[in-house]
Amino acid sequence: MKFLISLHINPAVLDALTEEEKAAIGDGHGKFIEELKRSGELILTQALVDPSQAAVVSVRNGQPVVTDGPFLESKEYLGGFYLIDCENKERAIELATQIPDTRIEGLGVEVRQVMFADGQLEA
Amino acid sequence: MTAPAIEGLLRELTPQVLGALVRRHGQFEGCEDAVQEAVLAATVQWPAEGVPDNPRGWLMTVASRRLIDQMRSDHARRERESATVTEVVPEDIPDTDDTFVVLFLCCHPTLTAASQIALTLRAVGGLTTAEIARAFLVPEATMGARISRAKQRIKAAGSSFSLPVGAEREERLRVVLHVLYLIFNEGYTASSGSELHRADLAHEAIRLTRMVHAQLPEDGEVTGLLALMLLTDARREARTTAAGGLVPLDEQDRTKWDRGLIDEGMELVKASLAGPALGPYQLQAAIAATHADAATAEETNWPQVHALYLILERIAPNPMVTLNRAIALAETEGPSAGLALLSTLDGDERMAGHHRLLSVRAHLLEKTGDMAGAYEHYRRAAKATASIAEQRYLESRAGRLSSSG
Repeated sequence: MKFLISLHINPAVLDALTEEEKAAIGDGHGKFIEELKRSGELILTQALVDPSQAAVVSVRNGQPVVTDGPFLESKEYLGGFYLIDCENKERAIELATQIPDTRIEGLGVEVRQVMFADGQLEA
Repeated sequence: MTAPAIEGLLRELTPQVLGALVRRHGQFEGCEDAVQEAVLAATVQWPAEGVPDNPRGWLMTVASRRLIDQMRSDHARRERESATVTEVVPEDIPDTDDTFVVLFLCCHPTLTAASQIALTLRAVGGLTTAEIARAFLVPEATMGARISRAKQRIKAAGSSFSLPVGAEREERLRVVLHVLYLIFNEGYTASSGSELHRADLAHEAIRLTRMVHAQLPEDGEVTGLLALMLLTDARREARTTAAGGLVPLDEQDRTKWDRGLIDEGMELVKASLAGPALGPYQLQAAIAATHADAATAEETNWPQVHALYLILERIAPNPMVTLNRAIALAETEGPSAGLALLSTLDGDERMAGHHRLLSVRAHLLEKTGDMAGAYEHYRRAAKATASIAEQRYLESRAGRLSSSG
């Protein structure tokens, strides 16, 4: 079963972390990725640039309108994701608990099953 | 030889060659890699240069060389001297068919179901890692890692290359049948995504189950599982619309059912029910046979279906069985009786919010005339499912109610 584990970050929370804490998050993700690769459960992971760099695109009367993002007026933004293929939802949740973000108040880790997929898998 | 014929030959030979290699050298892990490489080489060479006179010997020779190369480089890596690996290119390939032993090893109980499936498809089914990865819509590297992890676990468990004996053998056979059942299901109904059929996996499951059946023709559950697969696969054409939508059993065009598969399945059901013991696959096959026996949905022998589910519920209690029995009960005693039975599942954690419970309840509410309740449950079921085909079907049922009411 495929699941998307999305990482909801809060830039203010991240900024308040010490250098050591930030490095620990980076290491934690590195270890997590290695473990997922070894177990054969990782499909893909990507991290996104800061939400301030987002462009919001709409088309009105056939004309594209592009404004500075982010789209959502929120404290938390999508920071990145893991796309995994594992045995069941319990395993997906078990894996998610290994993500360092889960240990930090103000950061969100969400698990949802994938319903449809298409495209090149050899990403 | 045509490409499909070569493929068929390779799939048949893969576990035999693997078995012979493991008997000679031990180390299942390395042998399995070597055989996979030999199969890949054959896939490239045979269609271009023709199939060798002794295809099994060819595969054995290539795989042996790969294995020896691998052993040598392992030795070199460990900087061991006096690596006395002699090149044994076998002349005498044992005639014993080890396919069965390989299959039992791949279904080792320390592995997760996903790993058992992947390893079985590669080592017994002769599929390449790329093919398996495609079937499960994951990257090849992901599937490769899963397979090699599975082999490491088998090695760590210290399994010997032989059939388990006594009760353990019986237990392992149940795991094997479950793995084959899961492969079939994965091919028949994709657990998620828009593709309802992945015929190759279903056919592969049937092929492997036929093989087990040929080895154990007296085992009622093996016969039952094969019958269940054939009777289910017979409905393949009728099960989806041209646009890929789902057609439920009672709305299927039964003239599209494959009579050949049904006849074969029916014969097997009869044979399996004549045996001394009765297991869950035999009962499910008997239920499928009862449906196959009805020329129209109205002619279905529901009392018999209900009775079979009742026995199944006794020997293998499971909320999904109770759910199916509720459908049969609704047909024999009315939708209210079915709903009453469904309510016994409400406290079951395994079923809480399950889309099947919601959709069956919606269906029975519709039959009692509670259109508002049915509408709400169809919508909730549509939200709960991870299958797009099912979601569309449930949405359309809900839509039909809202437009008529």
